[in-house]
Amino acid sequence: MGLLDKEFSDGNIVIVKVDDLFNWARLSSIWQLGFGLACCAIEMMATSASHYDFDRFGVIPRNTPRQADAIIISGTVTLKMATRIKRLYEQIPDPKYIISMGSCSNCGGPYWEHGYHVLKGVDRVIPVDVYVPGCPPRPEALLEGLLKLQEKIRNESLRKKSA
Amino acid sequence: MKNAEEIFDILKKEFGDSILSLDKDTPTEPIISVDPLLVHKISKFLRENEELNFDSLMCLSGVDDANGTKVKDDDGLESIQGGTLSVYYHLHSIELKHKITIKVATPREDAKVESVENVWKCADWHEREAYDMYGIIFLNHPDLRRILMPYDWEAGYPLRKDYKNPEFYQGMKVPY
Repeated sequence: MGLLDKEFSDGNIVIVKVDDLFNWARLSSIWQLGFGLACCAIEMMATSASHYDFDRFGVIPRNTPRQADAIIISGTVTLKMATRIKRLYEQIPDPKYIISMGSCSNCGGPYWEHGYHVLKGVDRVIPVDVYVPGCPPRPEALLEGLLKLQEKIRNESLRKKSA
Repeated sequence: MKNAEEIFDILKKEFGDSILSLDKDTPTEPIISVDPLLVHKISKFLRENEELNFDSLMCLSGVDDANGTKVKDDDGLESIQGGTLSVYYHLHSIELKHKITIKVATPREDAKVESVENVWKCADWHEREAYDMYGIIFLNHPDLRRILMPYDWEAGYPLRKDYKNPEFYQGMKVPY
C-alpha cells in the first residue's frame, strides 16, 4: 500500500494524499448489502462463511442499503425484481459499487432465449463495476471479483469517480 | 381403496351427465373429465363422501391444450383461436390410499372454472398460478391476482402456446 512510507520519526504524523487515504479506507471496508437472488447466493454465503472468510477483506453484510457501500447481484434478476433492485441501488449512498455475480445477472444466463420473465443482464438497470463469470462462480472467483473491485477503487480520484 | 372405474361409477351415479368421461389409456393416473362449472360441487363430494374421502389435493395445474386453429396475422405472428385450456386436479386419499386425476376443459376465449379453494385450502395459490400463467379465471376465488409475474404485467399469459413476449417492460428491454 505504501501508506506508511512517509512516517515521521515521532510516529504521530503520517503524510498521505487524500485520494490514497480515501481509497484505502473505502476499499478496506466494503460493506455489502445482504442480497441474494438464486443459487449464486449460496456461493456468496459460502464466501462469507469461515472457510473463505469475506470478512478478512472488510466485507460485512448489512441489512439496509443506507448502510451499504456495495451490492453483489447474486442470481437471476427477474423483471419483477429488477424494479426493486433499482430502488435499492438508489438508496445506497455514494460512492457505491456493484458486483454482478454469475451468468444470470451478467447476461441472462440460461434464460437468455426463453426466459420471458428474466432481465438479460442487470447492467440494463444499474451500472456494474465488476462482472464475475460462472454458473455459479466458486467462492474463489467471487473473491477475485472483489480484489478486482478493490483494484478499481485504489485508482479512483476524488475529482472523478471511475468505479 | 377404490380403483378408477369404481370412483367413476360413484361420481356418475351422483352427478350424471356432468361427469364426462374416464380416460384410462394414459401412462399416468386415470383421468376423469368433468364440467368446469360444476367442479366445486364435485370436489366437495370427492372430499366428503366416505367411500372416496379425497383429503389431499396434491397438485393443481393449468395446461394449454393448443388444440385450436393456428391463425397468422398480417405481420406473420401466429396465434391460436378456439380450442381449450385445461385444469388438472391430482387427488390423493391419505386415509384410503387411492388416487385419481380430475380434468376440466374450458374454452380458450372464455376460460372460466369454479374455484375449489374452500374445499382444499392449498388450491388458493395453485389457482393463482394457473391464472397468472394461462389466464384461466377461477370463479369465486377470494384473491385472484397474479402470483409470479408483476402485478402490472399487461403482455398476457406467458405459458400460453401463442404468447408473445413484449419488447419493453417499464422501460427495460426484455429480449436478449
